[in-house]
Amino acid sequence: MRLADTTPLTSRRRFLQVGAATGGGLLIGFSLFGCEQKKPADRKTPPSEKAVGAAATAETNRAPGLAPNAFIRIDRDGLVTLIMHKVEMGQGTFTSMPMLLAEELGVDLAKVRLEQAPADNNLYSDPMLGGQVTGGSTSVRGAWKPLREAGAAARSVLVSAAAQTWQVDASTLTAANGAVTHAATGRTLGYGELVDAAAKLPAPKNVKLKDAAAFTLIGKAHKRLDSPDKTNGKALFGIDARLPNMGIATVAASPVAGGKLASADEAKAMAVKGVRQVLKIDGAVAVVADHMWAAKQGLAALAPTWDDGPNKAMASGALVADMMAASKKPGAVAQNKGDAIKSLGQAGRKLDAVYELPYLAHATMEPMNCTVDLRADGCDLWVGTQVPSLAQGATAKLTGLPLEKVKVHNFYLGGGFGRRLEVDYVTQAVSFAKLMKGPVKFIWTREEDIQHDMYRPYYVDRLSARLDAKGMPAAWFHRVTGSSIMARFAPAAMKDGVDPDAVEGARELQYTIPDMRVEYVRHESPVATAFWRGVGPTHNVFVVESFVDELAFAARQDPLAYRRQLSAKSPRLLRVLNLAAEKSGWGQPLKPIAGRRVGRGVSAQFAFGSFMAQVAEVSVGADGEVRVHRVVCALDCGQVVNPDTVVAQMEGGIVFGLTAALWGQVTFDKGRVQQSNFGDYRMMRINEAPKVEVHIVASTDEPGGIGEPGTAAISPAVTNAVFAATGKRIRKLPIDQAALKKA
Amino acid sequence: MPSLTINGSATNFDVPDDMPLLWVLRDVAGLTGTKFGCGVSLCGACTIHLDGEAVRSCVTPVSSAVGKKIVTIEAVGLDPVGARVQDAWRQVDVVQCGYCQSGQVMSATALLTKTPKPSDADIDTAMAGNICRCGTYNRIRAAIKIAAATPGTPS
Repeated sequence: MRLADTTPLTSRRRFLQVGAATGGGLLIGFSLFGCEQKKPADRKTPPSEKAVGAAATAETNRAPGLAPNAFIRIDRDGLVTLIMHKVEMGQGTFTSMPMLLAEELGVDLAKVRLEQAPADNNLYSDPMLGGQVTGGSTSVRGAWKPLREAGAAARSVLVSAAAQTWQVDASTLTAANGAVTHAATGRTLGYGELVDAAAKLPAPKNVKLKDAAAFTLIGKAHKRLDSPDKTNGKALFGIDARLPNMGIATVAASPVAGGKLASADEAKAMAVKGVRQVLKIDGAVAVVADHMWAAKQGLAALAPTWDDGPNKAMASGALVADMMAASKKPGAVAQNKGDAIKSLGQAGRKLDAVYELPYLAHATMEPMNCTVDLRADGCDLWVGTQVPSLAQGATAKLTGLPLEKVKVHNFYLGGGFGRRLEVDYVTQAVSFAKLMKGPVKFIWTREEDIQHDMYRPYYVDRLSARLDAKGMPAAWFHRVTGSSIMARFAPAAMKDGVDPDAVEGARELQYTIPDMRVEYVRHESPVATAFWRGVGPTHNVFVVESFVDELAFAARQDPLAYRRQLSAKSPRLLRVLNLAAEKSGWGQPLKPIAGRRVGRGVSAQFAFGSFMAQVAEVSVGADGEVRVHRVVCALDCGQVVNPDTVVAQMEGGIVFGLTAALWGQVTFDKGRVQQSNFGDYRMMRINEAPKVEVHIVASTDEPGGIGEPGTAAISPAVTNAVFAATGKRIRKLPIDQAALKKA
Repeated sequence: MPSLTINGSATNFDVPDDMPLLWVLRDVAGLTGTKFGCGVSLCGACTIHLDGEAVRSCVTPVSSAVGKKIVTIEAVGLDPVGARVQDAWRQVDVVQCGYCQSGQVMSATALLTKTPKPSDADIDTAMAGNICRCGTYNRIRAAIKIAAATPGTPS
């Protein structure tokens, strides 16, 4: 798509272009970035998120610019096409993004078609992330203004075109439902009939956006646009890519990081019917075949053995012991308000605690896969990725091809959760593809997927607090120890030795605490680490909200009332706490369950621009088994775009976090991951899922993120409930349920 | 060369007898709606119907499907119960990433065909083999109840 006969105008706020589409129709190009630099304080991009975009920029050497980077096309039949700069991985962007556009353009959502943007870090960067990235719960936050402005601009030129056609003043016209109407004379022209005239007009200098009260789409529940295809088998994921004469390959990488292939029975593999080729790269092998079954049989016959290399003795016990030792040393200072060290030494009740969180695999339902067609003159990738431009850049580097010769065909993602922010499975596929001709689809088995993930880091957190005479925290110390994802992913984001992601949710609290110090100790091991749904807050909110619960208990105060006091200066947090208290029936006794101990717990957080409180109701069996029965989630995420999507993200985010809190951990022995499939890396199932009630605060504040907050808030609500039920404080995840056995 | 009846049409496939149906469907027949999730019958993403029974195609060898009717997500809507399930799924907006939902719809359709008015316990039993990483379980339950309450022709 090209902008022909464009009339570029730099408006004060956004860069807009209006032009004619090849073959007729109207094109609107605009910058998602605009010229605005300042954002309201409570939705400013955390540095961790920005750095993800920086990585894409570094990889592609294409900085996001002021060039119009999103295109809307309106055809002569009135159909609207939006080039989607975001990917759909379940979070509902393929519905919420067109809603933003349609609201201001004045068209029915059914008239908007979506086209996945190609990889282009220059054109399709997210304004919050600064790169072509879907992550960090940013889609609605980033597109909230520019997409509505683009819709309003398009409507404005269509109205002007009608005014010109009828020779009337534009102010006498209304635009809605895909048509411009002159009420005085009853004349109406559909958008499709106006596009050619509109394409000749200059872009509007200013556009006026609707007041929230006038919204007809935004804030109203709308059915997901991807729902029909995702219930009839038509929806295509990366793994569904099919090309003529394509090979299908499966992969085995060294089970120990850094290991090398020692032996492989190539002849035996080639003897399997349907096997086409065996490929060997540094530390991995692949068998290419006519179909996955032959590839799997071929790989079994190949029976690769490995020289495990320097990490052959790696084991969880020693990994954790090393981290424990590291956590005792001072760290880089992430926050220093008042003098927490001095204050901790003063008189008053003092509490200390050490928290631990495990390595976690992402376990997206769609295992890692990538289809590659590498030729001398270019390379095509068919893949589901959260970072198309990163995949493009990494492939260009690996192949020596110019960036524009690498085409990324993106698909629906069968789960992202941060796993598909990494391109290891893409570069591995491309490395294999260099050894062969023709298109090939590389599919990891579930075992390969679990054992060669890049894991949510293991964390050790040390906390200390001193309570004042009223039992409130006067001093707070929190030292985070763990691997730095940022130092690998986007080194520029590291500041004074602090990984901003590792301390997100710990560094700045909504709670009023006079003296506060937060430190970060970077501690690396051979284990590869990566972002995991909820990122920093998923780790830190568990720690902070558990420790706050400990303080409340020490102060003999109700944990919810205690948080209310701490939140006195955060009205929005206070509001969700009160809402959660009211809706959960906080303070009223729980219904007893025969043979089980019951309890209720609360957590509160501000993360991804959204305020949330959750109350969980749990029961613990005599054998220690923890069941979560009900979760009440009170949320203030500012202006809601699609309320049902918000509810769905809370429901799903809660199940995701709960799965990890109850069972999630990846452990190592002899250098190898000990888990391999859903049998030993347990997933929550339908019979284990709690009832989830979501209550959303009506608001016209700037939208907050919703994809990740639910995951972050659930684990402390549950462990605090376990404490209420059993008196046992959970300082290590996953919950050691055997230890909760009734004595 | 096994002959298989998939979604009403019979075809010969040049594949080994022990090849799981999943890969015949996806890689040979080109029916990609049936998904690969675990390969060992732990997640249900590959669920299809074999003579109306929900089975995990990742562990079902081709040989055991010969002479039986195979129905996949691509054709389950032709069955009145399947169509009702799909409608209910859309009414409730069950899906998120959608990857597991083919299997969920197939399991739910098999459940409702056998047990038109399932209890919560019936739903748990029939659906516990289908993992959804996006956590759409409560909506799956709600959609099954809607489908069960929708008047329609029993299959």
